[in-house]
Amino acid sequence: MEELRELAKKLLQEKQVNAVVGYECDRRGVRPAFVDDPAGCDRLVFDHRCVQNLPAYLSPRRTNVAGLGRLAVVVKQCDARAVAGLIRESQLKRENLVLIGVRCGGVAANPNESRELGAETLALRCYGCSGTETAMADYVVGEPKTVPAAGGDRDARLAEIEKMSPEERLALWKEWLSRCTRCHACRQVCPMCFCERCVAEKTQPNWIESSPHIQGNFSWNVTRALHLAGRCVDCGECERACPAQIPLGLLNRKLAKIMSARYGFAVTDDPSTPAPIGSYRLDDGQEFIL
Amino acid sequence: MSVPAKEKASSFEPNIVAFVCNWCTYTGADLAGTSRLNMAPNVRIIRLPCTGRIDTLFILKAFERGADGVIVSGCHPADCHYTAGNYHARRRFAVFRELMEFMGVDPQRITFSWVSASEGGKWAEVVNSTTEKVRELGPFVSYPRVAHAQVK
Repeated sequence: MEELRELAKKLLQEKQVNAVVGYECDRRGVRPAFVDDPAGCDRLVFDHRCVQNLPAYLSPRRTNVAGLGRLAVVVKQCDARAVAGLIRESQLKRENLVLIGVRCGGVAANPNESRELGAETLALRCYGCSGTETAMADYVVGEPKTVPAAGGDRDARLAEIEKMSPEERLALWKEWLSRCTRCHACRQVCPMCFCERCVAEKTQPNWIESSPHIQGNFSWNVTRALHLAGRCVDCGECERACPAQIPLGLLNRKLAKIMSARYGFAVTDDPSTPAPIGSYRLDDGQEFIL
Repeated sequence: MSVPAKEKASSFEPNIVAFVCNWCTYTGADLAGTSRLNMAPNVRIIRLPCTGRIDTLFILKAFERGADGVIVSGCHPADCHYTAGNYHARRRFAVFRELMEFMGVDPQRITFSWVSASEGGKWAEVVNSTTEKVRELGPFVSYPRVAHAQVK
C-alpha cells in the first residue's frame, strides 16, 4: 500500500498526471477516489474490497473526467481488459494514460465485505484467475499474491438453466426481467457502454419501450447483452449495480461462452486482438441458415 | 360447440415478417412473383438495403407487435452488394439465435436464409416451409401476450 501511495505522490509531484484514480476507504468499505493533490495520496488503499472497475471512468461519455486531462489509473488484471477494449474501439489513447498495475489476490463480491477473502466471499470473476498484474501496466505495485481457491464451479447456475426446458427458461427470465425498473444502472456502470446516445433513449423511432414494463425490459436487457457480445470484459459490475438483483452476469457469461465456442474468442488485455462482432471470417459457421 | 383441436390448429394463419435485403432476396422474391409461383400469403416483406442493416431489435419488435415468425434473408456469402454486410450479419444472428434460445424463445420461429436474385424457387420454398413450420408451432403467445397480461 505504501508503494502505491509513494508512486501516486511521485506522479502527481512530477506533474506526470493531473489526477490519480484509485480506491479509498469510506464508512462501510471501499469506494473509488480521485486524488489530485500529492498530500492526499495517503488516502489511497488497495485490498480485496477494491471491487470497482475504475476504467469505467475513462469512457469518453464522462466529459467531466475527460476534462481532468492526463490520468493515472489503478488497474487490476481484469480492469485492464476494459482499458484494452476502449483502446481497441478508439475511445482512448494509450499515451494519455498511466496505468498502475496492482498485484491482486482476488476481490470480494462486495466492496463492503467485512470478512476475510475466502471461497465464500470471492467474486465470481476471480474464479480461476492467476492474480498477476496486467502486461499493459506502466508501473506494477504490491507483493505477488495468490487468489483463494474457488468455492465451486462458476458456471453451475448457467449449466442448470441450459438444462431446463424452453418454457421454464422463458418463465425464469420473465420473472427476473419483470423486476427491472429501467434505472439503467447496468449501462452507467459499464466501462464498455459509451454510446453518446443510447438506443434505449431514442424515441423516434422508439425501439425499446421506455416504461418499466416487461416487454421493453426484455428488449432492453437482450439488447444490452448483445451490444456487449464479445466486448464484455466480465467485470460483473452490471450485476453488482443492479438494484433489482437481476442476474445479468448470466447473460454476459452465456455470450462469452458462445463467442468462445463459435469464434474462439476470449476477452484479453491486448488491444490489438479484433473483437468478434465487427470482424468476420469467410468460413464462419452457418449451420442455422437455409 | 367445441371445435376439435386439429381443426383449431389448421384454422390458424400465422403472421410472418420477412426482413430481406434489397439486392438479392427482394429481387428473388420479385422473380418468384413474376414467375407466378405458389406462395403462402402469410409473409409480409420489409425491404432493407442489406442484411447487415438488420438490427436484432427489428426481430424483437416484430415479435412484440404480434408476429408469429420472422424470416431474415439476404445475399449468399461472397455476393453482398456492400462486400461484407452479410458476413457481419451472419455472426450477429448466430449469436442472437443462441441467446434467444437461452432465454427460452423458440429459435424455430426465426428462419435465416440466403436467397439470390435468381432463386425465386428457393424463396417460394422458404416462404412455404416457414409458414408450415410456424403454423405447426401455433400462435406465438408466450413472448408478447404474457407481457400484455401484466398491463391490465
